Amino acid sequence: MSDKLAPDPRLLVRERGLAGYVEDFRRRIAGGELGSIPVIIGMIIIAVVFEAQTGTFLSPRNLSNITVYIAGPGIMAVGIVLVLLLGEIDLSVGSMAGLSAAIWAVLSVSHGVNDLVAIGLAILAGAAVGTLHGFFFAKIGVPAFVVTLAGFLGWSGLQIWVMGDEGTINIPRDSLVRDFNNFYFSDIAAAYGLAAALSLGYLAALVFQERRRGAAGLPTRPLSEIILRVGLVAVAAFVTAYTLNQHRGLPLALVIFLAILLLADFMVRRTTYGRQIFAVGGNAEAARRAGINVERVRLTVFTIASALAALGGLFYAAQAGGASKSLGSGNLLMNVIAAAVIGGTSLFGGRGWVWSALLGTLVIQSITTGLNLMGMASEIQYMITGAVLLVAVVLDSVSRRTQRTAGRT
Amino acid sequence: MTAAPVLALHGVSKRFGAVQALTDVDLEIRAGHVTALVGDNGAGKSTLIKTIAGVHPIDSGRITWKGQEVRIVKPHDAQELGIATVYQDLALCDNLDVVANLFLGRELRTAHILDQVAMEREARELLDTLSIRIPSVRIPVASLSGGQRQVVAIARALVGSPEVVILDEPTAALGVEQTAQVLDLVERLRDRGLGVVLISHNVADVRAVADDVAVLRLGRNNGVFRAAETSGEEIIAAITGATDNAVTRRSSRRERPRDAEPEQNTEPEQNTDAQGAEEEA
Ligand SMILES: Nc1ncnc2c1ncn2[C@@H]1O[C@H](COP(=O)(O)OP(=O)(O)O)[C@@H](O)[C@H]1O
Repeated sequence: MSDKLAPDPRLLVRERGLAGYVEDFRRRIAGGELGSIPVIIGMIIIAVVFEAQTGTFLSPRNLSNITVYIAGPGIMAVGIVLVLLLGEIDLSVGSMAGLSAAIWAVLSVSHGVNDLVAIGLAILAGAAVGTLHGFFFAKIGVPAFVVTLAGFLGWSGLQIWVMGDEGTINIPRDSLVRDFNNFYFSDIAAAYGLAAALSLGYLAALVFQERRRGAAGLPTRPLSEIILRVGLVAVAAFVTAYTLNQHRGLPLALVIFLAILLLADFMVRRTTYGRQIFAVGGNAEAARRAGINVERVRLTVFTIASALAALGGLFYAAQAGGASKSLGSGNLLMNVIAAAVIGGTSLFGGRGWVWSALLGTLVIQSITTGLNLMGMASEIQYMITGAVLLVAVVLDSVSRRTQRTAGRT
Repeated sequence: MTAAPVLALHGVSKRFGAVQALTDVDLEIRAGHVTALVGDNGAGKSTLIKTIAGVHPIDSGRITWKGQEVRIVKPHDAQELGIATVYQDLALCDNLDVVANLFLGRELRTAHILDQVAMEREARELLDTLSIRIPSVRIPVASLSGGQRQVVAIARALVGSPEVVILDEPTAALGVEQTAQVLDLVERLRDRGLGVVLISHNVADVRAVADDVAVLRLGRNNGVFRAAETSGEEIIAAITGATDNAVTRRSSRRERPRDAEPEQNTEPEQNTDAQGAEEEA
């Protein structure tokens, strides 16, 4: 690799034009950076197969439902992505989701606490639980998977205790949490407006960034690339908006999920804190020597992950129609972790991106929904989801190995 | 040798439990000078640079920085003075790109938001002035070769504009081509007026770039040589103790028999050699 220097050693982004893209693409593949290519191919296959089998998979109604169903697991998966970036795992998010729903339901429904306050307290409970996990992991040095395994059991015990005599608590008609599942911005301007805002926002961010780079004398992306990127985002956004408007409009759940994704992505890629998460996940010792407070980063990431699990749990409860003693105890945990990995975030730490929470939950929810439409039993769904996770993990491991060897020339 | 040293150690000693790792060690580091620190395994090289870097505070002796006595008891003290250390295990984050590694722990930012553009511009300027050639500053460090990684690790030490740079075995794991790359960089550091301490096992490397060669043996000074005027054999002889340098031999006659006793356990062979040499002399 050292011999094959580009003509200009300071070359940054890539050669201009199409050749540059091909070269960049080839280098990434050779270097083991598969990124989200497998998941996008997978999604196309899923869509084609299920549409051929059922004829209703691509209907606006079904697609719209999928965007609502992914919100709960997706928000939880954002937290898992952060934990995976650290090179750790959190096995307690499913129990935490159930506990959070129980806390909210008992406070709001049984004790008549203000809905927003109850939601806030449930999320706060999540943050407290995460801080506790983080404390044992980061300060005491107990492996994260053991701490959160204990949490997995302990918090679902607490969930049952909180629920008390009630087997399930149904969500009342006027509850805010019900809106997490049922509220749609039915004015078609809402979905289109959001699509336009996302596309224009992305365009503005890219143009602003390239201006600054140009002003600083750094190589910039060619205009063609900016147009291509913004074009792809705009097409995806407007097709989605159109589809949603064919059904009931823009779901509140999707808006909240997107807001969390955008925020988390900004935090991870643009802030010092995000940089610290990557550094700790890549090489904790190097991070420590660079003066990064490794314990603090670890602790806070677990706090955020559990708080997101608590919020996700409320969406999950909204879909289930209420809180129960067993909410979140099924395959939720596995699905959430699988989503993060399928979306392209490495299990080995330091590699990944927040949007894998969206891509991964889309894949898993599409499979679940498609199999449901086909009338497949849940045991088949489990096996297929398991197989997809295995494929994702194998890809992750193989790409990690190629990345290692690619460096040694 | 005429300029006053930037950093000087006088009679530094360091003990770990029963092991007297350093005894009365002197060392002088000058601006625009490469001082090689050589010695056999266990001679105390790592311990010595860790005392300078603030990892292990000294037990006794004095450290002066530009003539002023200073205390270095934690890594931060060393950084404040302008001493940067590049450890053998590099301490890079493989998953981060070159720019991110260069600025790790001291990112340029407004509030908490990274200033990627400024960091990239400064990274390029730094790499340019050092004539460092890497395919792109935006690829993960994992995909660089061993030599390139070493060069990045050294460049990283320069981000804080230090005056003294300590390199711990920078060429240990590298091939011929890559070693040349790193040694070229060491020369450029010297040309920029930095004081460089180069720890090495490899006498050829040392003779290629060092101005002075300080030899440590069993935790003591065993002579300082002008690299240009000294043959490889003489340096090796000083390292192994086959022929002790005249000055240290005189002093060791007085001190060694008693002090060297505990070290005899850890390094029986070499001690026997040394005693043999002394008896011959
Ligand atoms: N942290 C430590 N604790 C105890 N003994 C140490 C420690 N560091 C170094 N030593 C001892 O100090 C002596 C010098 O070691 P070192 O400085 O690593 O030598 P070198 O780097 O020249 O190989 C050795 O006998 C080693 O065992």
